[in-house]
Amino acid sequence: MTEQSLERDRTAFAGAGAAIPADVGASTDPTLVHESGLEVEVRSQWTYARRRFMRHRLAVASLVILIVIFTAGFTAPWIAPYSFEGYDINNLEVGPTFSGGHVFGTDLLGRDYFSRVLYGIRTSIHVAFVVTILTVIIGTSIGMVAGYYSRWADNLLMRFTDLILTLPALAVLLTAAAFLGHGSQYRVAVIVSLLLWTLLARIVRGQFLSLREKEYIDAAKAAGSGDLRIMLRHMLPNALGPIVVFATLTLGGAILLESYLSYLGFGVQPPTPALGKLIADGQDVSSHDWWLVTFPGLTIVLIVLCINFVGDGLRDALDPTQRIRA
Amino acid sequence: MPEPVLSIRDLTVEFKTEDGVVHAVENVTYDIAAGETLGIVGESGSGKSVSMLAVLGLIPQPPGRIVRGEAFYKGRDLLRMPKGELRRIRGGEVAMVFQDPMTSLNPVLKVGAQLAEAIQAHNEGVSDKEARKRGVALLALVGVPKAEQRYDQYPHEFSGGMRQRAMIAMAIANSPSLLIADEPTTALDVTIQAQIIEVMKAAQRETHAATILITHDLGLVAELADHVVVMYAGRVVERGDVFTIFSNPRHPYTVGLMESLPGLAVEQVTLQPIPGQPPSLISLPPGCAFHPRCALSNGRARCRTETPDLREAGAAEHVAACHFSEELEGYKSKLVGAA
Repeated sequence: MTEQSLERDRTAFAGAGAAIPADVGASTDPTLVHESGLEVEVRSQWTYARRRFMRHRLAVASLVILIVIFTAGFTAPWIAPYSFEGYDINNLEVGPTFSGGHVFGTDLLGRDYFSRVLYGIRTSIHVAFVVTILTVIIGTSIGMVAGYYSRWADNLLMRFTDLILTLPALAVLLTAAAFLGHGSQYRVAVIVSLLLWTLLARIVRGQFLSLREKEYIDAAKAAGSGDLRIMLRHMLPNALGPIVVFATLTLGGAILLESYLSYLGFGVQPPTPALGKLIADGQDVSSHDWWLVTFPGLTIVLIVLCINFVGDGLRDALDPTQRIRA
Repeated sequence: MPEPVLSIRDLTVEFKTEDGVVHAVENVTYDIAAGETLGIVGESGSGKSVSMLAVLGLIPQPPGRIVRGEAFYKGRDLLRMPKGELRRIRGGEVAMVFQDPMTSLNPVLKVGAQLAEAIQAHNEGVSDKEARKRGVALLALVGVPKAEQRYDQYPHEFSGGMRQRAMIAMAIANSPSLLIADEPTTALDVTIQAQIIEVMKAAQRETHAATILITHDLGLVAELADHVVVMYAGRVVERGDVFTIFSNPRHPYTVGLMESLPGLAVEQVTLQPIPGQPPSLISLPPGCAFHPRCALSNGRARCRTETPDLREAGAAEHVAACHFSEELEGYKSKLVGAA
């Protein structure tokens, strides 16, 4: 740290002489090499954040596991050994076995549970990503406008946010999913995100309230930038850390929520497998066919745990108060 | 005097706070002509910066309020201009250099990106490549070494002096007619200050911009300014060209400011501060706001009861707001002796 600042000072000093240096642009190498041989490497804040994240072993491990699970989910149609609705009449209700090719066993109809779980992951993360993206867009926009304009816009938007927050989320969700969902996973996703954005709106508003007092925002205004430009280009990148962390945690939350809904029968409709739905299906026979509940359940736990660890790692990495030890 | 670029008339700005109304700027009037440099001098809180921010529409309202006054820029009143029009003028024809270069660059954007934005915001249709070319040239102009590489660096990789150079580059990017520098050297150490002054001079030569230099550094004013406005407690107390002000100050506050500086010609062991504190802008002393600290007043009743107006003080265009400014005739500034 001290070494670095010293390096920077010296760089500044080295260039302090003439007002107009003659050799501008003469050198094309990517690092700044001065007469004294000091090098200045170009590093953004994201570089530092990545380094900090990489030191967080649990988060990195979780990220790897997540990538594997998500890839498996997305590529389910190609890598699943069986179709999610194909029947294997010779192997009804078989427990997990490697020899028979049914690693997670089969259900009452002889459908391969490994394939069904893969397709279930696919459905769940599809929904979760749609929910997360919508939530971030809605929450960020409302938070931005409220925090930037403050006063009556802030009042209006934040009271509306409070109103949404007071709704009993699960009850509203179940009702809405039942009457408006029509079994479409994307409709359900929209309904979920319409309830989840409130917290993010508050976070972003808080960030913007403090950011708008920064001198560089005044400087941007003095330079003639418009409101939208200042919000999106100058302030949003500064608020990105908390937004990224929130998005990550929302992803986990959305997978859980979708599981609840599907478990209760309001989410994704059969025959499309979803993780929550698989648990619900297996529950009736769980006393003897334990694998039907265990594998989808474990998958949910694993995904949500990993997402939370990654979220923690990101929070630590993006926290600006953290000291840079790179 | 040639046609003024900016002409401020009776500008009065207030801030509403919980403790009462702060009279930050009161009845401030001055002109600045094309190509000249105007130094605005005064203690912290004397309304130097606020008057400029008000002109640019950068005062948050509320709590701030522009009570009255006009600010004519090339004949158009900036204070009553539609927001969009004012925005086009800001950063284009009127640019500003802020006080603290450590906080006035956006930490998440590359310096070059911010420079390019300043260029593109006022020149539609300039491609990124062109903007880059001009940005690099500007960085070189203000003395940033290896401008080509520095262009792609983040502010945290710049030192304070470098950042201020980058800020100046941004300010002159669109060849403004008026450049406002708000204490451009205050946050820098002395050796860097001297360099930044050189950069300011170079920038002015390049753009021929009229420059308003807000500072409390009389040395800087003597170095750069053509005219001087001295402010105290939100009011202009003396105004004149730089030679008159320095050789023949007619306001006891100006005299006090000069006395408080170390002189080179006169051997001096202790500095002479102005006694007391700047008054609270919520409840100004009655009469002349400076009278409780004034060496000239001597408890005379007129100072306490009557607010002095700016009046002619001998030389052309030299005005001072003191009832007894004639008594300062013959005051010899040690600063002039040094020069």
